[in-house]
Amino acid sequence: MAVKIALPKGKLLAGTAGLLEKAGWQMDGYNEGLRNYRLKSARFPDLLAKVFQEKDIPIQVAIGNYDLGICGLDWIEELTSKYSASAPVKIRDLGYGKGTLYLAANEATVMPSLESLRSKSEVVRIASEYPNIAESFALNLRLRRFSIYPVWGAAEAYPPENATLALVAGSINEKLLNNGLKPLSKVLNFSAWLIANRKSWEQKDLSDVMATLKKVKLDTGEIKTSKKVAIFVQLPNIATDKDIVRLALPDGHQQKHTIELLNRAGIELDDYPSPTGNRRPTSNLEGVVIKVIRPQDMPLQVANGNFDLAITGHDWITDHLTLFPSSPVRELIDLKLGWVRIVAVVSKDVPADNIYDLQKFYTQGTTTIRVASEYVNIADKYARDNHLGMYRVVPTWGATEAFLPEDADLLIENTETGSTIARHSLKIIDTLFESTACLIGAKNGEYSSTKQTRIDKIARLLSKVTDK
Amino acid sequence: MRVQKCKGTRDLSPKEMKQFRLIEGVFRNSCLKWGYQEIKTPTIESLHLFTSTGTLTPGTLKKVYSFLDWDGWSGERVVLRPEGTIPAVRLYIDNLADKRLARLFYIINTFIFEETGKETREKWQCGTELIGAGSISADVELITLALEVLKKLGLNNIELKLSHAGLIRALLAGFGLSTEEQGKVFDQILDGNVAVLARLKAQTPELMRLLTPLLDLKGKTPGFLRNLKAVFNHNLPEFTPALDNFIGIVDLLEAMGQKYQIDIASGRGFEYYTGIIFQLFVGETKIGGGGRYDALIPLMGGKNIPASGFALQLDCLINLMKTLLPTEQETDRILIKLPDDQSRLIKEASQIAGNLREAGFIVSLAVGNEDKTDFRWLLRIKDKAPRFAITDQSSKRKLTARTMGDVLKLLGGEGGS
Repeated sequence: MAVKIALPKGKLLAGTAGLLEKAGWQMDGYNEGLRNYRLKSARFPDLLAKVFQEKDIPIQVAIGNYDLGICGLDWIEELTSKYSASAPVKIRDLGYGKGTLYLAANEATVMPSLESLRSKSEVVRIASEYPNIAESFALNLRLRRFSIYPVWGAAEAYPPENATLALVAGSINEKLLNNGLKPLSKVLNFSAWLIANRKSWEQKDLSDVMATLKKVKLDTGEIKTSKKVAIFVQLPNIATDKDIVRLALPDGHQQKHTIELLNRAGIELDDYPSPTGNRRPTSNLEGVVIKVIRPQDMPLQVANGNFDLAITGHDWITDHLTLFPSSPVRELIDLKLGWVRIVAVVSKDVPADNIYDLQKFYTQGTTTIRVASEYVNIADKYARDNHLGMYRVVPTWGATEAFLPEDADLLIENTETGSTIARHSLKIIDTLFESTACLIGAKNGEYSSTKQTRIDKIARLLSKVTDK
Repeated sequence: MRVQKCKGTRDLSPKEMKQFRLIEGVFRNSCLKWGYQEIKTPTIESLHLFTSTGTLTPGTLKKVYSFLDWDGWSGERVVLRPEGTIPAVRLYIDNLADKRLARLFYIINTFIFEETGKETREKWQCGTELIGAGSISADVELITLALEVLKKLGLNNIELKLSHAGLIRALLAGFGLSTEEQGKVFDQILDGNVAVLARLKAQTPELMRLLTPLLDLKGKTPGFLRNLKAVFNHNLPEFTPALDNFIGIVDLLEAMGQKYQIDIASGRGFEYYTGIIFQLFVGETKIGGGGRYDALIPLMGGKNIPASGFALQLDCLINLMKTLLPTEQETDRILIKLPDDQSRLIKEASQIAGNLREAGFIVSLAVGNEDKTDFRWLLRIKDKAPRFAITDQSSKRKLTARTMGDVLKLLGGEGGS
């Protein structure tokens, strides 16, 4: 019987490739230049390996799509701290990819003690890529009131102004984390682990595959963390704060388009994009403080009043408003950049050319339709509105095309040319909407006249260049 | 596609709902007669009501149903209420804070995730709160009320188990633990993990020598508590008042001839208890419990007001009552049938049905597909005299009547209500 294993890309890839090579698996193509997500082993012809974002692996193993998986203990805990009933079996600590999860505050402020946080009557805000661990920690710490910002990334950029604390990963015994964060408390030491689906572990013979891993002498490498950047934090000041405009700019591949647009509008930035990962660039705009965060996280931050303006995508504000219909976030200006379409995608082998065919195709069966998407709320609404019956949304963190056909039945994805979709033997059956970059803000924001003038100026500069 | 109910939920059939309403009715009746007033709190509450130290233990909090509301972009969660006391206290602080004494009761559903599938995740409970009284007699009133309800339901073999949160807290303070550690151990005891006490044993043998008999105690008389007080010469400031309070309650129960057991190390996941904790069992099944929670109202932002309360588990009671329910006298049911062409007679038939209902019968107009055995009487209305044909399904007798008055007479005369 075929054994299925989920392997990580990203920071654990090199360590895992080294481990499997020593174990004699002879996996072709599992290296930094990864081109194919489905891999075979020359040693075990029956083994089916697939490469995922590390975050996806515990979920894939827990729901039984894969018998085995390799990923960090941090992501295993993120799943099981909330859903202990579906916990995968932790088989072996593989030793590499070591790091620590820290609850951290910004050193620019007085460091709070855990005791003082507990007695706080105002809301303690925690930003993290690990929302379940953060919630569990907050409950065990007995915080009176807390709220968790589940972020896609850049959690280190939030304290002190936009969150009280961040729960972030760093190397072991870190004194100072990136962007001026200082650890308050260690939450978890982690490293790469071999895990198994509970049912596979109890019922399937995985011994041949696992025996080869047992003999390998393990490395004990630590995860690489980015270089520390000294930052200048402009702390909230009651006297001048009411006039300051807080602007969020995107990180990642959006930066190139964004800087071009800003420059055309006459806005000059220092250290954006930043080679060192500085998330607080400066600009020639007076009275404007800029922070660099993930575009996915911006609508929620604007809704909470942490930022006045942000440059994100129409897709992400749509996803946000689907979850929170009464949110005050609004699209102010279409920046006409980074055009994509949001589409519904199935495998070429599915006999359906539109969503109605797909509906009919699935009403005959009794299985649950698995809808994979980065846009969890849009995907959920799409399935609901189109009466897909028994469905479940599988959240993903990128590279969603690789989920079809074996790990999902329908994707809600963005695409520019459709070529990636075609390359993976998939087809588009519906276009949900088109999306471009946009400037967002809060409706009915009550600002001082100085601040309103500054906001209007930025909007004016940007609309001038986008109208051309 | 087969439609199935969610895991961990329970359907209540017409038969079970009858039992549900009966239990509810007995509880409601007793509460009203004892001067308690009914309230209802919303199903959804803010999570932060339940998170502070002194409310629910982390073990319980991990199992609450929490989610972001449609306007929950701040990230603060709401919950399906996991228990009844904290919402009732919130209602008191919000609406009734000017009342010095409030006797409140409610019948609500609560939600706690349960993994094994052996228990339901949605539970119904009958709860009472006595807010504003810190006396021993207040605690005893609640215990007595709970027992009266169970007795009226026909349950006789009830076991009353007593513990005392104040006593446990005072003892833990004596172990030299920090406030935080004390809290942790107390949480674990209340989450049912008595093993944590075994670990303490090794560390402080002297205190443990005194604590052991108390924790192992399943005694039945206040004599033991008095003995304990006599030998317990320890420097624990909170211990003696707590023990005196415990003895006071037990004395009062003795005076009322009420049987009970003392079982100190019995837990449940509610951290807010500060004084007496009582639990009610039938055999192995716990059917209810309660206790004193003097610190909760100030903790939630209210005045420094003492309070205590209890809850009975409706689901458990339904299961127990299945065999015990008194066979209820059924009201007679009547099915009214019209000729095929109904339109001429429908108005008259509706009036007749209304009159019969007024007279105390359960009356249905035929809509098709009726199972005739569900009805004692069949009443046919016709165009021509005699207008009414009546069949008594129990005796198979057929009767006729000319007027509605005759019909009523026949039904009444033949054993109608």
